[in-house]
Order: sequence, then structure tokens, then C-alpha cells
Amino acid sequence: MNIVVCVKYVPDAQGDRTFNEDNTTDRANVDGLLSELDEYAVEAALKIVEAGEGEVTVVTVGPEQAADALKKALQMGADKAVHVSDEAIHGSDAVATSLVLAEAVKKIGSPDLVLTGLSSTDGTMSVVPAMLAERLGLPQVTQVSTLEVADGTVKGRRDGDAVSESLEASLPALVSVTDQINEPRYPSFKGIMAAKKKPVETWSLADLGVDAGQVGLDAAWTKVESFAQRPPREQGEIVTDEGDGGTKLAEFLAAQKFV
Amino acid sequence: MLYVDVNVKCVTTVTPAQKRPILPMFELTKDHEDFRHVVRDFAEREVAPHIAQWDRDHHFPSHLVPQMGELGFFGLVVPEEYGGAGLDEGAFTYLCLAIEELGRVDQSVGITLSAGVGLGINPILTYGTEEQKQRFLPDLVSGKTLAGFGLTEPDAGSDAGATRTKATLADGQWTVNGAKAFITNSGTDRTSVVTVTAKTGERADGKPEISAIMVPSGTDGFTVEPAYHKLGWHASDTHGLTFSGCVVPQENLLGERGAGFKQFLKTLDDGRIAISALAVGLAQACLEQVTEYSKTRTAFGKPIGINQGVSFQVSDLAVMVEAARLLTYKAAWLKDELESGRRSVAEVKQAAAIAKLYSTEAAVTGTRIATQIFGGNGFMEEYPVARFYRDAKILEIGEGTSEVQRMVIARGLGLPQ
Repeated sequence: MNIVVCVKYVPDAQGDRTFNEDNTTDRANVDGLLSELDEYAVEAALKIVEAGEGEVTVVTVGPEQAADALKKALQMGADKAVHVSDEAIHGSDAVATSLVLAEAVKKIGSPDLVLTGLSSTDGTMSVVPAMLAERLGLPQVTQVSTLEVADGTVKGRRDGDAVSESLEASLPALVSVTDQINEPRYPSFKGIMAAKKKPVETWSLADLGVDAGQVGLDAAWTKVESFAQRPPREQGEIVTDEGDGGTKLAEFLAAQKFV
Repeated sequence: MLYVDVNVKCVTTVTPAQKRPILPMFELTKDHEDFRHVVRDFAEREVAPHIAQWDRDHHFPSHLVPQMGELGFFGLVVPEEYGGAGLDEGAFTYLCLAIEELGRVDQSVGITLSAGVGLGINPILTYGTEEQKQRFLPDLVSGKTLAGFGLTEPDAGSDAGATRTKATLADGQWTVNGAKAFITNSGTDRTSVVTVTAKTGERADGKPEISAIMVPSGTDGFTVEPAYHKLGWHASDTHGLTFSGCVVPQENLLGERGAGFKQFLKTLDDGRIAISALAVGLAQACLEQVTEYSKTRTAFGKPIGINQGVSFQVSDLAVMVEAARLLTYKAAWLKDELESGRRSVAEVKQAAAIAKLYSTEAAVTGTRIATQIFGGNGFMEEYPVARFYRDAKILEIGEGTSEVQRMVIARGLGLPQ
């Protein structure tokens, strides 16, 4: 069973987020990491391969620093990594990202399974998995919280607000997993040391045969017009209890339509 | 976040003593930093959210032990054949990084690792027979079990030679009688064995013959006393132990008969560097806490850090953290170099005492600065600096008091003894 896991390098949610002059997220000058939601996909892939056999390849599209996301996945136990990096990709939207990923997955080979996380933790669009499946002509089983691979099929459960759907598709397929599916492991010391010897290939758009005009900010279907920092939270209202504290509290709750 | 950037190239070739540069040179590599990241991530996700509760409840988080084992923390200095990392070089520096990063979040968890390796695993690894190693090490490395080391007694601390616990050999069995005090990891639900030092006779020169004997948990006559009420380190397991007519097989002798004290002294330097790393973690945590607090806490309409009375204290703490870290990792590096035969025991001993003395006093000072800057909040258990303050003091005491470190340093300088 050969699995390709698509991962993203995202700014650390605990750090300061900044934007470039062209209103794109600054990925180069901030502390970044492997998107936590992608850790679940890596873990799911490792579990499948450990239970049987095969190989896990992780792929990312991103600037030079994105290699750190691949390294983390390799430390966790993935076998090899592919880093697609090209200046022209800067500012790409989900449509272009899925194109680059699709070509990368094709070049890696024909995996039995393509895994992704639920969404990225920075863009949070959740559309790349579906787009990627379409581009690869694979059945898509998205946002599942369980995953079972057996006899040429993949089964998963998608939990909605009201119902849970049990899905099944024939392999090869694309599956995106939620943060409910497992507990991602921490890299062990041996994993860290082993990762240093694992192969990482770096590909450009030319290596993938993708025309630079199809990607990047200029080709994006959507564009961030402007951004503004959320105003800092204001101090709450302090009510001095002069015997009528309860009434004031009730009035406040009523005014906010809580009661 | 403050990292020391030790950008000096490591001298790896064997240099004759007289040609050695005056400044020893060492560096923390990318590999070290990668490992630091993982430990930090683990500590922040698995320890930080729960530690206030564990501290309040005096709860030993036993479940963390196998988790740390799986990540390889207990096996950093252990050969592969017993489940360890099997590192050729630099193993001790990795261990110090793990202790520092755990200690940055919580000292109890840091000491659990430090003692687990330094006092539990190391004596067996260094002095054990092949059979003893095979029997105990794999489970200790995986974190399935923990081991303790009992040296201190109610009446024998820094003067470990005054040991009163006795072991007599008859019919192929040791009978142990006596008591041990303040023994870390000795009473957990996964403690498999405690090695104790005991008088096993008298030497030709009239001094007591001290040997180390392994007493498995659950042996008849081996009683683990109720946990101590400690000022700090509430999530660490510490007990007094009593032995009355406790019988173990002759082959439970660890190392040579009569070498118990000498063997112990050899592990002291490692322990001191490890405690130094633990202190660096605590001082670092204080620095992070006060830096943030000085920016966000306002008084008289301004952040308190604008006052030099505050900012100078924070600056002093930053200097202490940097100096403590450099001393610690220099000592750890020397220890690793000693393993590779490139340094002498005397160099390591001196560096270990200097690092331990400075770092632990810096940590105590750091927690005092932190609680002071936090003001009334610093006295409240809602803020971690209150726990840091309670946890710090023992650092100046355990693994040789500050006074003992000064004695060691003075001896190293050749002062009259």
C-alpha cells in the first residue's frame, strides 16, 4: 500500500500573524510548522502502513521553510518527502494549489491512497482535497473520523451535526481526515535521527510540467483585497452591586438576548 | 523566546593538553535543536495543561513515564542492545536538553526523568552484570518501569560514608537492615527496583566497606514509607525506605563488593550537570513569564516593564539564564568528550560543580525576581511562578548542596584541604 500525504506548512497559530504587501500570508518570516490538522493525516497513513506494508510519501507545496513541515512528518515516520517549491507559486489560490499537488502526486507514482487533513489551519478552506480528487480522477471520501482499508476499498465515517454517514470507495482514492481520527504521535528520538537519512526531493514547476502562468497570485480566482487586525478585546462592564446587582445582571443578559 | 546561539565550531580532533585553546569550544547543533523542539512540544501539550492540578493533588503522573520512554528520553545514554538510542557521541547533551525542556514546564517531571536515568538506569548500566542489565534495562528504557537509588539516610547526607544501613551475606543471600531518606522514584506504581548503598563489612584500614545492593520492589521486609510533605516538587515521587530483615539473593550485588561508595561518586558529576540543566529550565521559564508579564501588566496606566526597577531585574535574569545555560552545556559537552576519551575526569568534575552551583542559585534568584515582579499574583497558586518559587529551593540542596559544590571547586583549584 503506497500512500501520499499532502501536508502544509503554516504559521504557528500562537505566534504573530503578518501579511505581505500583496496581502498574502507571510510564510517566510514567521515561525511555521506542520499544520496540526495534517498531523492526523500523517498519523493515519503511518498506522495503515505499520499494520501492513508499503510506503508513506509526504508532499508539500511551499517556500523554502516548508521543508520543516516535511521534516516533522519524516520524524514521525514517513519514508520520503517531496517539496514543490517555486517562486511563481507565491500567492496561489486553492485551485492552483490543487493543480500543483495533482501533478506532484502523479510524478510520485500512482499511490493507492492520497490522504489530506481536514483543512489548513491558516486558510481553512477545506476545498483542496475535493479539487485534488477531481484532478486525479479519484473517488473522494472527505472529512472522515474513522478510516479502514481492506480488500481494495476504503471505508470511513463522516460525522455531521445530525447524522453520521458511512462511506466506502474503491482504491485508489483520496481521503481527508478530521482531528477526531487518532492521536498523532510525537517524533521519537530515533525518529528524529532516522529522518536525517530519509530522501527529500525538491521539484520546481518545470519539473512538474506546470506552466507558471497557471499559478500564483495573478492566476488566482480570488484575491484578498484588504485585511485588518481584529480590534483588541475591550474590558467588560463592571457592575457595582448596590443591592440591585441581580437585577442589573438580568437586565444585561436580557439586553444581549441571552434570556 | 531566548536561545543561546553557540556558534563556535566544535574542536573534534584530539589535541594535546598544552595546545588546547584556553576557551573550550562547543556547539549545540541543528539535531540538538530538533530534539529540543520535540521535547518542548511534548511538555507543552502533555504536561502544561495538567500540572497545576497534579501539583495541587501531589499526584505523580505515572502515565507520562511510558510516553517519555516511547519518545526515547530514558534511552538517550543507553546502547541499542538494551533498547536505547545507541549514540556514539553527545548522548549526555541530549539528555540535558530533555531535562531542561521538561523542567521549563515543570520541575517534578524534569526530575523524574533526570533521576530515572541518572540514578535508576546509569548505575545498572555502568556496574551491572550482563544478566542484571538484560533483566532491568529494557523495561526501564521503555518507561514500563522506574528504578531508584538509595544513598541518603536520616543520618548520612553529604557525608555518605556515614552510611548505617547494613547488609550481611550468609548462605548466598544478603540480609539488608536500615533506612534511606528522600529517595526519588522509589514508591511509584511502576518502580521495579531500588539500589541501596549498605555497609557490608570493614576494610583493612578500618573504614566501612560500602557496597550497592539491588532490592526489587515488593521484597519482604522492604517498606516504602508514605510520601513526604515537600515544599515543592509535588508531582515527583519521593519516599523514605526502611529495610528490616530484607533478604535478596547474593547476585543482587551491583558492581564490586566494597566499591559502592566509589561507584556512587562517579555518577555524581553527571547528576550535578543534570540538575544544572533542570535549573536552566526553571530560570528560562521565569524569564519568559516575567518578560510577558512586564509587557502586559499595567500599573499607573503603563506596562510595568517601563519602570527600570522592573526592567533591570528582567535584564539581570536574562544574563543569568544565558550564563547558566552556557555553563551547563559546556559541562555536558565535557562529559560527552570524557566518554570519547578526550577530556579528564577532573575537568568534568570542576565544570559540573561550577555549573550546578551557578545555575541552581540563578534559578532560586530567578524565581524570587519572578514572584516579586508578579507582586500579589506571584503569591497566588493560579500563576505558575508560585510553583516555580516552591520548586526552586531543592535545586540548591539535592545532588550536593551549594556548599558542597564550593568545596569541590576549591579542591579543584588546589586550595589547601
